[in-house]
Amino acid sequence: MEVLVASAVGILTAAGMYLVMRLRTFPVIMGISLLTYAVNVFLFASGRLTIGSAPILRDGVDVYADPVPQALVLTAIVISFGMTAVVVMISLGAYLGTNNDSVDDPTETDQEGEA
Amino acid sequence: MTHWIIAPVVLPAMLAPFIVLAARYHIGIQRVFSLAGVVALIAIAASLFVTVSDGTILLYQLGDWAAPFGIVLVGDRLSVLMVLLTAVLALFVLLYAIGSGWDDRGWHFHALFQFQLMGIMGAFLTGDLFNLFVFFEVMLIASYGLMIHAGGNDRLRAGVQYVLYNLLASTLFLFALGSLYAETGTLNMADLAVRADMIGADATVGIRVAAVLLLLVFAVKAALVPLHFWLPSSYAEAPGPVAALFAIMTKVGAYAMIRVYTLIFPPDLETTAGLYDVWLLPAALLTVALGMIGVLAAKKLDRLVAFAVIGSMGMVMVAISLMTPEGIAAALYYIVHSTLAGAALFLIVDLVKSNRASLNLTALPPVAGAALTSALFFAAAIAMTGLPPLSGFLGKLLILDAARDHTMNVTIWAVILCSSLIAIVGFSRAGSVVFWKAKGVTMDEQAEPTSSANPLAYVAVGGLLALLVAHSVLGGYAQSFMTATAAQLFEPEPYISIVLETEGKLSTPDASEDH
Repeated sequence: MEVLVASAVGILTAAGMYLVMRLRTFPVIMGISLLTYAVNVFLFASGRLTIGSAPILRDGVDVYADPVPQALVLTAIVISFGMTAVVVMISLGAYLGTNNDSVDDPTETDQEGEA
Repeated sequence: MTHWIIAPVVLPAMLAPFIVLAARYHIGIQRVFSLAGVVALIAIAASLFVTVSDGTILLYQLGDWAAPFGIVLVGDRLSVLMVLLTAVLALFVLLYAIGSGWDDRGWHFHALFQFQLMGIMGAFLTGDLFNLFVFFEVMLIASYGLMIHAGGNDRLRAGVQYVLYNLLASTLFLFALGSLYAETGTLNMADLAVRADMIGADATVGIRVAAVLLLLVFAVKAALVPLHFWLPSSYAEAPGPVAALFAIMTKVGAYAMIRVYTLIFPPDLETTAGLYDVWLLPAALLTVALGMIGVLAAKKLDRLVAFAVIGSMGMVMVAISLMTPEGIAAALYYIVHSTLAGAALFLIVDLVKSNRASLNLTALPPVAGAALTSALFFAAAIAMTGLPPLSGFLGKLLILDAARDHTMNVTIWAVILCSSLIAIVGFSRAGSVVFWKAKGVTMDEQAEPTSSANPLAYVAVGGLLALLVAHSVLGGYAQSFMTATAAQLFEPEPYISIVLETEGKLSTPDASEDH
């Protein structure tokens, strides 16, 4: 199970980083979404991986799932969801205004064209 | 337990929705409430400042749950100093925004401004790393709105860069928190300090990775080279008052770095040895050099100021990376100075912009009110480049003095002094092109400049410069307070014991018998 989760985090991160480096808003946003999935899984795993164990103190139970990472992941999911919505809106605005969806600074010729 | 310490977070958090819901269409009411809120924040911060200045550490347990299970807010000298600085800066920025009419050029300026203050205050006061992440996000999401306030294609485009870069930094922050939690099982700063010390020498791989990841995150916030790429465009394209408020945002990174690397990973901790002198110091020196060369190379006035901010963050980072009480004290003195000076410069750039066709550093016809604006620019540039008599000079002197005993002292002195000279040349070139050469250009009769600047805008800039003068004149008092702050940071035992040993709800065993 550890190998599976670890490789999932690794592949998601690698794919996310690749997409982020495309420097066009759509792939970059996709890449950031993949990265947030990766980090959410990673946060889950930071409380050790257990199957079917109780999260709350109970009599006669020896193995517990750590509830803190689950709370952390919930917070992280909500925040990343909101942030993704914001960045989609802003980049749509920028794209519709300039008819250009590249993320890096405009080149000299672009600027002269706009001026 | 005093409840006042949470007031700097709660007050803007209540005001912002009130402004959105009740005063949406009344800019006058928004202005009154926003100003009243900031003035109240200053009063609260000042009274907290008086309380903690004798070394008291204030603790607030949210919901009365004891640390490390509950979230705590902690106010020591450092936190409250930063809170006071933010509140004072916010007042002048708000006055400028009202005076120049920026707040009326788009929706919800005041609400976003209050949310931004809430995030910054929370980041300074929290005693929990995950809570720090949450307040970072509150601060960032408000800043996204402020950054693209009043719209425009260039601004939206810079906004996209800014948001994406910060999203990546947030992801990195979560990775850092995950690895810290996996290694220690806690995210409370005081508890982390205890546990990081207990990790044996043979099992330090995870904690080292976590320490480096955290350092990277804070370096992104503080715009340390080579992680500074988000800063120039976004600060240059943001509305003037917003860029001025952002002057405190880079300092949040510096604050977090000081807090985490004095409390959790102190300099004498074996695990993280070499992090400061091998990695942080060269990066900081590079930041100083790059920032100041950027000042000389900039083609537009707003970029020039953005690079000056990068350079001054580099100065702060040089002082922090010395990791001595003298270094931290000098860094704190310089943080206050560079926040005020950077904000004043951004506001002055906005004054120039409102009267001038463009901010390009080419000679254009003189503008209305140029005499006063150029005098303000002159004073702020003196402060920023570190010429006597203003506080930039004292700050640099303190940093150079703190670096005296360091093994790399020759390099540090050379980089700081040479780059200061470059910055002076850069600022004088910009000032003379914008304000002096204008006299030589014949005025185009049709383009009669109309001054839109309101006296209130000049009052705001003048107020910031007056604070800089006060920071220099009362430099002795400021310096002794910073020294006391640094001493408190390097003696973390009282902080740790207050956070971990104060009892909360259900802390005594017999109350929680029937679980």
